[in-house]
Amino acid sequence: MSFNRIQEKLKILADAAKYDVSCSSSGSKRANTNKGLGDATGMGICHSYTEDGRCVSLLKILLTNHCIFDCAYCVTRKSNDVKRAAFKVQEVVDLTINFYRRNYIEGLFLSSGIFKSADYTMERLVAVAKKLRQEENFNGYIHLKSIPGASDELMREAGLYADRLSVNIEIPTEAGLKKLAPDKKREDFIKPMVKVKNEIIQYKAEKKLIKHTPKFAPAGQSTQMIIGASGENDFQIMQTSNYFYKSYNLKRVYYSGYVPISYDNRLPQIGSAVPMLRENRLYQTDWLMRFYGFDVSEILNEQHQNLDLDVDPKLSWALRNLHEFPVDVNTADQRMLARIPGLGMKSVYKIINARRFRRLNWEHLKKIGVALNRAQYFMVCESNQFEKRDLTPEKIKGFILQNSTSKYQKTLSNQLNLFG
Amino acid sequence: MTAKNLIYDGTFDGFLSAVFYVFEHKLKTVRIQNEFTAQQGLFSENEIIITDEVKANRVWNGIKTKLASQGCYQLYYAFLSEQIGVEDLLLGYLQYAFSKTKNMGKDYSHPSILKIAQIAKSVGREKHRMEAFVRFRLTKDTIYFASIAPDFNVLPLIDKHFKRRYADQKWVIYDLKRKYGLFYNLEKVEVMQMDFPEHFDFTKTDAAFFSAQEFEFQKLWQDYFKSTNIESRKNMKLHIRHVPKRYWKYLSEKQPN
Repeated sequence: MSFNRIQEKLKILADAAKYDVSCSSSGSKRANTNKGLGDATGMGICHSYTEDGRCVSLLKILLTNHCIFDCAYCVTRKSNDVKRAAFKVQEVVDLTINFYRRNYIEGLFLSSGIFKSADYTMERLVAVAKKLRQEENFNGYIHLKSIPGASDELMREAGLYADRLSVNIEIPTEAGLKKLAPDKKREDFIKPMVKVKNEIIQYKAEKKLIKHTPKFAPAGQSTQMIIGASGENDFQIMQTSNYFYKSYNLKRVYYSGYVPISYDNRLPQIGSAVPMLRENRLYQTDWLMRFYGFDVSEILNEQHQNLDLDVDPKLSWALRNLHEFPVDVNTADQRMLARIPGLGMKSVYKIINARRFRRLNWEHLKKIGVALNRAQYFMVCESNQFEKRDLTPEKIKGFILQNSTSKYQKTLSNQLNLFG
Repeated sequence: MTAKNLIYDGTFDGFLSAVFYVFEHKLKTVRIQNEFTAQQGLFSENEIIITDEVKANRVWNGIKTKLASQGCYQLYYAFLSEQIGVEDLLLGYLQYAFSKTKNMGKDYSHPSILKIAQIAKSVGREKHRMEAFVRFRLTKDTIYFASIAPDFNVLPLIDKHFKRRYADQKWVIYDLKRKYGLFYNLEKVEVMQMDFPEHFDFTKTDAAFFSAQEFEFQKLWQDYFKSTNIESRKNMKLHIRHVPKRYWKYLSEKQPN
């Protein structure tokens, strides 16, 4: 292969793919067979991190950035004046294999602009995955993008070679989608998602009866939403997210703060800040939903439509629900322990194990790694020192903010200046 | 009874043999030190421990009846940290475990158990980092070669991972700090030692040793690393927390062009 040509294509097509935030390489169970190359059984591995602090786990590229659509938020939209390029199937295979052999990556994340038609594009994505699996005996991780509108037959084939499939709904509400991507319809995104969901259920059922049933997208499906491009509030975003988790058994929903790439007046202008703090708060909420036993309506509802930026969503919930506290860490159940601000699930697990041997005091909790500056107002332990004053939520918040520094201090103080 | 200072050969079996000696002689005041870092105590008497596989196995089997598998691997991981004094910490841990009837492995409010769990965690983190940050370079004799210098002795922990993953290519991972490496010859992984030319610069890819193709793929990887970064989200503090500077010298994407 011609080095210079490949080099140029890689620059263009990696640059265009970087707005997809998913880089997960975990959750698959594909083992190395017949002394082939690669193994995707373990946990995911981040082989490097970009200067923006994001994990580099997969070779994330577009097959092409030619596209027939003109979605306002997208850098490869038809009307954008950028260099265009397209990889050949064999070129992607060679890059993946050679990067993998050097331990640069866990596998491939292949997406594409839509050229000619949805099926024409999906067919080529599937061809890359098929070649990697069948000709190269590659057992590393493959994440393929489901092209909206692709046929059921192609989606089924894609699932047989890929570990994960994803289709990005991009805009959290249908109204927003109509405004920013008039050529696209919500149904087109949903269709491949439904097909993959049903196939996963069916293959899992068959696997119980026949052991050598092939794997079908063992790492499941995910999707992504752009935050701060179309005016949705956090309540709408998390409701959509919750709906997709529940209705389509998604493994992950990713939230991507909008990076301004266009002078289109429907969108935030170039130079406006990426809403990174808001993105972080949304991820925290997502975690509370998935791992901490919260229902989304406890955190966001008609009364609280946006997340606080200055404190994390769990603390914010606790301050609104002081009647649930203080919690006694030596007797409380796992559900309530997980609700104490400043306690992560690892600390919860350690506390539950440690308290079988003796009653825990502040010293123990500190050593275990509990963030006491937040937790102390919400719990009691084996000590006669605990918060005895009857503090209001505002007072507690004030004390906590006084004694902590946020890594987003700069962002926060800018925002406070606006109103103060 | 005089204080004893047990000197062992630095191997895990050697350490277990020393533990056997402690229990056999019911020693109260005792330290275990490996022969490379041993210091003479003022009022203690040195005793050289001869590594004995049978005794080591007896101790290990005993440990397995007292600790769940998580406790056993934490013990081994902590041993590989090679931290000065870790042997005494492990001995304290074992004496505590053998004095109780129930599994103490998860008693995180006990100081030595929490400490061992924390050391094991750092070793585990270093192991995971090596699985991530090893960069193979293809040599002229078609061996994929990587050099590392980990904080802890993690080679014994990563061989399985690389063997499973790179079953169809020959590879070497060499620990420059401890001067030994692993070689996979398409059949099995062997421990080996190598002589390098004097002043050999491991961060450079020398055309005399590495294949011509190697330069192209390194360049492509460096380009990819740059293109995939989003400039308007730049956050060097986070970047350095994830990829501490001490690892940069082995990462081809962090080399100046």
